[in-house]
Amino acid sequence: MDLRKKRRIVNRVALSCSLLAMVFGLFWLAWVLITTVKLGVTGLSWDLFTKMTPPPGAGNPGGLLNAIVGSLLMIVLATALGTPMGILAGIYLAEYGKHTWLGQTTQFINGILLSAPSIIVGLFVYSAYVAHMGNFSGLAGIFSLALIVLPVVVATTENMLRLVPDTMREAAYALGASKHVAILSVTLRASMAGVVTGVLLAMARIAGETAPLLFTALSNQFWSLDLNQPIANLPVTIFKFAMSPFKDWQEIAWAGVFLITLGILGVNILARIFTNLRYK
Amino acid sequence: METAEHPQTNRGRFRWGEPIFFNLTRAAAVLTLLLLAAIILSLVHGSWPAIQKFGGHFLLSGDWNPPKDQFGALIPIYGTLVTSIIALLIAVPVSFGIALFLTELSPPWLRMPLGIAIELLAAIPSIVYGMWGLLYYAPIFSQYAQPILHHTLGQIPIIGALFSGPMMGIGILSASVILAIMIIPFIASVIRDVFAVTPAMLKESAYGLGCTTWEVVWHVVLPYTKVGVIGGIMLGLGRALGETMAVTFLIGNTNFFNGFSLFLPGNSIASALANEFAEAESPLYTAALLELGLILFVITFIVLALSKLLLRHLSR
Repeated sequence: MDLRKKRRIVNRVALSCSLLAMVFGLFWLAWVLITTVKLGVTGLSWDLFTKMTPPPGAGNPGGLLNAIVGSLLMIVLATALGTPMGILAGIYLAEYGKHTWLGQTTQFINGILLSAPSIIVGLFVYSAYVAHMGNFSGLAGIFSLALIVLPVVVATTENMLRLVPDTMREAAYALGASKHVAILSVTLRASMAGVVTGVLLAMARIAGETAPLLFTALSNQFWSLDLNQPIANLPVTIFKFAMSPFKDWQEIAWAGVFLITLGILGVNILARIFTNLRYK
Repeated sequence: METAEHPQTNRGRFRWGEPIFFNLTRAAAVLTLLLLAAIILSLVHGSWPAIQKFGGHFLLSGDWNPPKDQFGALIPIYGTLVTSIIALLIAVPVSFGIALFLTELSPPWLRMPLGIAIELLAAIPSIVYGMWGLLYYAPIFSQYAQPILHHTLGQIPIIGALFSGPMMGIGILSASVILAIMIIPFIASVIRDVFAVTPAMLKESAYGLGCTTWEVVWHVVLPYTKVGVIGGIMLGLGRALGETMAVTFLIGNTNFFNGFSLFLPGNSIASALANEFAEAESPLYTAALLELGLILFVITFIVLALSKLLLRHLSR
C-alpha cells in the first residue's frame, strides 16, 4: 500500500477512536443523569421536605426532612471548621513557606491527603474520637467532613495566591505595609473569588460523601439536632434505603439521590464556568 | 525565618501583628502535616492486636472468619488490586482519547463545555454511581455485555476462564467498569493539562515536516509528556484503590474465593470496611478491619506519592 495512504488511514482511525472515547465518556454521564432526573422527579413531592424518614414497611411514604436538615447542618459546620484552618495553611504554603522544608513537605503531604480514600478519614475519626466517646455522633461526622474540606481549601488557597503577580506584593511593601498586612489586604483580597470557589467545591464534595459518615455520624431515623447523638443525613440514608428490599424506601432514596446530585452539579457547573471565565 | 528577608518597620500597632499572623499560618501548616502522622499512628495503634496475633500471615491468608476470630486479608487485597488494574486498562486508553480530542480535535468553542462535562463525571457522588449501578447498569451488563464477553473473549483458551461463570451483573468485572468511569475524569484532565504545556514550536515543527495529527501526538507530544501522563495514571490508580461506595454496591461482597473468573463476586478493602466495620463486635474483628484500612492507606499513599513526584514539575 502507498505509504502516504497508509499514514492517512492510521490518522483517520486514531482520531475516530479519540472521538469514540469522548462519546464513551459523555454516554455514561448522560445515562447516570437521565436515570437520576427521571426517577428523582417522579419521587419528588412536598412530603419529602416536610416528613421524617419512615420506618421499614410503614406503608405511609414519609420524607427526608430530618436527613436534609442533618446533612445541611453537618456540611455547614464542617466547612466552618475546616475553611479557616485551610486558608491559614494555604497562606503559609504560598507566602511564607515556599522554600522551607516545612512548606514543601506540607504541600506534598496535602496533595496526597487530597486524594486519599475518604473511608480512611472515617476510620481515623472513629478510632481517635468515637471509640473514646463510646457512641456515634454528629460531631464525629462533622470532624470527618472537616478533615476532607481541609486539604481542598489548602490547595485552592495556595494555588490562587500563587496566581497573584509579585508586582502587587511589591507595591504593597513599597507603601510600607508589613507582610501580613500585604497578605490580608492585598494578595488574599485579590484571590478571594478563587478561594470562595474552592470552598464551594469543597462543600459540594462533602455533600455526597458517604464512606466517612458510616462509622462516625451513622444515621438517625428520627429528628435530632443533638451533635452528641447519631444524626440523620442524606448519604447514609440513601445507602440504607437503596440496599433495602422495600419499594417505598427505594423511591425515597432516588429522590434523595436526585436532590444531592442536583445540588452538587449545580455548584460545580457554576464554579467551573466562573473560574474558566476568570482565569483562561 | 523568612520574615527577616523583608525590611520590617515594626511600628505602632503592627508590632505584634506580624509574628502572631506568621505563627498562626505556620501552626495551620504544621497541623495539616500532623494530620497525616495522626492517621497513621491511630491506624497502627488500633490494629495492633491484629498485627500481634496474625503477623505477616494476615497478608497471606484468605481465611476471613469473624465468628472464629480468624482473619486473613488476601481476598479483599486481591479484589482491590484486580478491580483497580482492570479499571486502569479501560480508563487509560479512553482518557488518552478524550485528552487528544479536547486538545487537538475539538472546535475551540466546544472545549470548555466538553471539558466541564467530563469533569462532572468526577463530581457525581460515589453513592449515586452505586445505586444507579446496582439498579440500572448491572441488569443491562448481565443481559448484554456479559454474554457478548463470554462468547468472544471467553472462548480464548487461557484468558477464557476469566470470562466464564454466572452472569449476575454484579461482581469484580462489573465493579471495575464503574471504577473506570469514575477515574476517567481524573486521568483525562491531567493528560489534557500536560498535553497543553507541550511547547507549540515542537508540534509546529512536526506538522511542518508533514506529520499527521496522530503522528504529532504519538511521536512528539506523548514522548515529551510521558512523565506527566504516568503521573496522571497513578493519580487515577490511587483514586480507584480507595473508591468505596460504588464498589460496595457492585462487587458482591463475598469473602470466599471461588475462582479467578471476573464474573464472580469478590470484595475490596474499602467495601469490606463499609460493610463490616459498624457491625464488628469482637475487639479483634475491629482491629483486623483497622489493619485492612492501614494496608489500604499505605498502598494509596505510595501510589499517590509517586504520582505527586511525577507531576511535580507541572505545578511549578
